[in-house]
Amino acid sequence: MDNAGTIKVALAGNPNCGKTTIFNNITGAKQHVGNYPGVTVEKKEGRCNYDNHSLLFVDLPGTYSLTARSLDEVVARNVIINEKPDIIVNVLDASNLERNLYLAAQIIELGRPVVIGLNMMDIAERMGAQIDLKKLGEQLGATVVPLVGSKNKGTQELLQAVMNVAQKEETVKNANVDYGPDLEPAITSLEDMIQKTGIIQYPVRWLAIKLLENDSDVVSKVKAIDGTEGILAMAHTLRDSLKNKVDLEFCFAEYRHRFAVQAYNNAVIKPGTTDSLSDKIDSVLTNRFLGIPIFLGLMWLMFVVVINLGAYPQDWLDTGFGMLGDWCNDVIEDEQLRSLVVDGVIGGVGSVLSFVPLIVLLYLFISLLEDTGYMARAAFLIDRAMRALGLHGKSFIPMILGFGCNVPGIMAARTLDNEKDRLVTIMACPFMSCGARLPVYTLLIAAFFGASGHGGTVLFGIYLLGIIVSVCVALVLRHTAFKGEQEPFVMELPPYHIPTLKGVLTHMWERTVLYLKKAGTFILGASILVWFLTAYPMDVEYSQDYDAAKEAVTAQMEETQASILTGYGLSDIEDNAELNDMYEAMVAAADEAADEADEDEADTGNSLNPAAALSSVEDQVKNSEEAENTLFMGKYPDSFADLQEQNPTVFAQALPLFDAKAEADDATAKLEDQQNAEKLEQSYAARIGHFVEPVIQPLGFDWKIGVGLIACTAAKEVMVSTLGTIYSVGGDDTHESGIVAYLRDDPDFNPAVALSLMVFCLLYMPCVAAMAVIKRETGSWKMLLAVDGMCLVFAYIGGFITYHLALFAGLGV
Amino acid sequence: MNIVKLADMKPGVSGVVEALKGHGNIQHRLVDMGVVKGSHITVVKVAPLGDPVEVKVKGTALALRKNEAAMISVAVGGGH
Repeated sequence: MDNAGTIKVALAGNPNCGKTTIFNNITGAKQHVGNYPGVTVEKKEGRCNYDNHSLLFVDLPGTYSLTARSLDEVVARNVIINEKPDIIVNVLDASNLERNLYLAAQIIELGRPVVIGLNMMDIAERMGAQIDLKKLGEQLGATVVPLVGSKNKGTQELLQAVMNVAQKEETVKNANVDYGPDLEPAITSLEDMIQKTGIIQYPVRWLAIKLLENDSDVVSKVKAIDGTEGILAMAHTLRDSLKNKVDLEFCFAEYRHRFAVQAYNNAVIKPGTTDSLSDKIDSVLTNRFLGIPIFLGLMWLMFVVVINLGAYPQDWLDTGFGMLGDWCNDVIEDEQLRSLVVDGVIGGVGSVLSFVPLIVLLYLFISLLEDTGYMARAAFLIDRAMRALGLHGKSFIPMILGFGCNVPGIMAARTLDNEKDRLVTIMACPFMSCGARLPVYTLLIAAFFGASGHGGTVLFGIYLLGIIVSVCVALVLRHTAFKGEQEPFVMELPPYHIPTLKGVLTHMWERTVLYLKKAGTFILGASILVWFLTAYPMDVEYSQDYDAAKEAVTAQMEETQASILTGYGLSDIEDNAELNDMYEAMVAAADEAADEADEDEADTGNSLNPAAALSSVEDQVKNSEEAENTLFMGKYPDSFADLQEQNPTVFAQALPLFDAKAEADDATAKLEDQQNAEKLEQSYAARIGHFVEPVIQPLGFDWKIGVGLIACTAAKEVMVSTLGTIYSVGGDDTHESGIVAYLRDDPDFNPAVALSLMVFCLLYMPCVAAMAVIKRETGSWKMLLAVDGMCLVFAYIGGFITYHLALFAGLGV
Repeated sequence: MNIVKLADMKPGVSGVVEALKGHGNIQHRLVDMGVVKGSHITVVKVAPLGDPVEVKVKGTALALRKNEAAMISVAVGGGH
């Protein structure tokens, strides 16, 4: 107990023993997730109050052992050694007791008071097992509490047992593992030596055993302490003399297993049969013929749900933030402040939050896959294919998710235990072509490949290129910079479980909070930076006085309308109610038609289905072409026919008035577009664009694309809206078919440039959200810079090769 | 009684672990998972792509790659 009277409890156990469920049952929502200092191993802490005492629970990483051979294991045992928890609760899976007792043997060696939480009692009973809890406790020297974590049974009893042990201050003495006639004398003499030297930070017997085992972490830590040379020398001598008698590498582990078997045999009255239900499920899910199709089906389902279903709340958020932006536009007077709030802050926060639905759904799936036990099966099924890349079977899921959005893809790499596998997967993931890049492709394809009918081929080629690059990056990195012993693929296939709702929800909640806290600020900052580059300087010198020009247009319109009205013998339109109503109905109908057209086009921009997006853009281009051919019919919305029918005379009178207004609106919009274009042309982004033009010229890019490339680091689809602004066809991305025409007319743009730009966008730096997540998940700026650098180099080389091949193929016109 | 490599055992065949070859991380991981001398081990199935294999040891289903399974020698059959 510390000064504040808080009882500190460490929760230890095997992976899949239901430890996290117990942790959630005890601490509820009062959890804190972070990382252990310096490493990416997750640290989970939670509090609870029991019997007027405050308890702090630390959920240790789930491990099978406590050696120095894996980071998780080192972290787990260091918490016990350094933080000296008052109690260790060791959760054991009653349905798999013998194997679980191997870890228990190592935990009791650490010398802290232990309470055993015997979990999954329901499953053990179903399997027909009978366990004598009292005898089990005697074998280990600890209190045993039966638990059913999934049904929250035994939680109070466990807390009571913890309190009993904590308050008694003296406990049942932990049992000792017997290491047999060869090792025990060596352990005892080394113990004596340690006692004499007086190293107090380690449990003595444990330290003696670890030194004889030559545990790398312990040996190097003891070396760092002054006056330990004698101990180390003695350990060395003892090891040398033991070498001839026993296999030092494994004999300690063998004795621990022997201890586990003995404890198991003494405590278990009747062993259970194997879990036949799990075997039955496995006979389908890892079936020779069905296994892979089912796996691919589930992956497809996950992809569709996360990406496509996630697009709806993403849309709502977009709309919500759009409305908020509009409202701020009206409310905030100051132009600079308005721009900062609307385009910078709301835009930035909007993009942060728009990923939340994806992350929530992703973790719904991941926790379902993990908690049921299917994740291990998925790795089992696909490992052979992933190993060809030097990766673990589990790398498949991050890679496939990358197609939808790199952010959840990179976050899913967390499921990989091996650090090198994880880093390589994170680095390879951004090359998977995510959904946000799709609008860029569809725009360019519609502009340059729509007519030829090769659009589908081009799009397929881009996606394929992404996969190839990603695979090659993984392959090369795993064999060069991240070379190293492959993670032993020795993986438990845990029995299938029905996940608890609480567990799944907690998991989703934790991830989302983590994303918002760690990645959110980064994304917001970067979004504001990109906004600044494209919006500043504000006080640009325009080629003409746009405000005056707009006023002139309005004045002109009013004059025209007045003269028409004079012709009708009216001084004001409101003098004739019928005419006024008709005119207003026409304006309203035109507005409505324009809104609908915008919505139609916006749908294509948001669709994440490549084929649908492509065909839809092609349709729009066709429609707009057809509309041009039948100009007169296309000039007015369809609903005008109804108005004409209602009152042909008034309709004919109102039409010239409407024409004057429509003309003026068009002229004003054009002026605004020009003004925006001029403003962007003088922005810092454009200056950088001009500055880098010589560098990107070999790829066929001019400064305009340079600006797009700067802006689209905020989000890839911003490329479309930026090009839209530059070509002065409106500042939002709902004017795709408009840009198509402008792109076609631009003499600097041709199919070769389009291909080069598509390849460049595919391989280019990830968006700020992905960058933020890379930084967060790797915990290092160096890794982020490495990814960015690699992407830039690949994008440049890829663009260059594509451009010149395309020129060679005669696409440069 | 035959000593064979675990990697060469067909699904459904069981035996008793005889020895582990080598002293690397893989061996230690195997030992931690219960693959020690004297453990009863059964090959359950081979993954659809031909690798890894699933085995049962100490009541636990384990997946391991064939080259890892090749390091484990198992005493199979003989007297029932």
